[in-house]
Amino acid sequence: MAQAAVPRPAATPIAIPVRAIVPWAAFAGAFLLFLIYFVASEQGAVALFSGTGVHEFVHDGRHLLGFPCH
Amino acid sequence: MVRNLLIRGMLTGVLAGALAWVFAWVFGEPQIRDAIAFEEHGHEAGAAGDHPEEEVVSRGVQSTIGMLTGVGVYGIAIGGLFALVFAFAYGRIGPFRPRATAGLLALLGFVAVIVVPFLKYPANPPAVGDSDTIGRRTALYFGMLALSVLFAAAAVILARRLTDRLGAWNAVPVAVGGFLVAVGIAMWAMPTVNEVPAEFSATVLWRFRVASLGVHAIIWTTFGLVFGLFAERVLRPAANPRPDPRIPAAAG
Repeated sequence: MAQAAVPRPAATPIAIPVRAIVPWAAFAGAFLLFLIYFVASEQGAVALFSGTGVHEFVHDGRHLLGFPCH
Repeated sequence: MVRNLLIRGMLTGVLAGALAWVFAWVFGEPQIRDAIAFEEHGHEAGAAGDHPEEEVVSRGVQSTIGMLTGVGVYGIAIGGLFALVFAFAYGRIGPFRPRATAGLLALLGFVAVIVVPFLKYPANPPAVGDSDTIGRRTALYFGMLALSVLFAAAAVILARRLTDRLGAWNAVPVAVGGFLVAVGIAMWAMPTVNEVPAEFSATVLWRFRVASLGVHAIIWTTFGLVFGLFAERVLRPAANPRPDPRIPAAAG
């Protein structure tokens, strides 16, 4: 990234290189977003599994977290 | 480094989820109970219901272990994502140390991820919302969320660029103003959704929505305060080399 070449004040902490972040962001990030999808929308607007088990189980949390539930 | 931050983010998420669950149990559940009572009353009166009531999961399970699972999984996932964003932002958004970076990011995240989408498409208790429009409402909610996060990221970049020329005290208000204008235009342009039944208790609705905001406030406050402590240890091990537990950490 371009930031590496920019002179910075001495007090600025050293950033973590982007290449060290990208693999984690790609794999863990995708997985974590998938988890949120399960709490937020599975068996609501879209469904990977048939039935209403997931929806009903996380029902109260989904409402209180503010996601459209049903 | 990133791995350590990620793990600590998810651990912070466990704590955040647990605290949020206690809050949700005390302040959110009574409203959900009232809303469900309203819904069932409507069914008895022969009103057109949005879903025929056959219990797949009992209320007892929904309000305890189900809620804990929902809020807990959400906390862990948001915690991990928070750690990833932190890993990128640290040292890039300004000369802030880990705890300050975490606090700032949590504040930004709470506004961009929670408050802005909430103002346009607020949380709804059971019995509010037509099940035929769930697809549209979900798309609008996540659309608003995506726009808000995009605008916030743009505002941070703008503030960073302007700081060199104008100084932080001018650059940050300009960026915040730009964010508010962009969000305002998006809110004005996006369609309004109001599916609250006419007879639904305004008090229950208000309390439910405040409780919803409270749940998120607890989650993000936990990230802002607790994740910073973890991050400080990961990123600045020299600042506190195996601190003696009897001596208060001056490096803070």
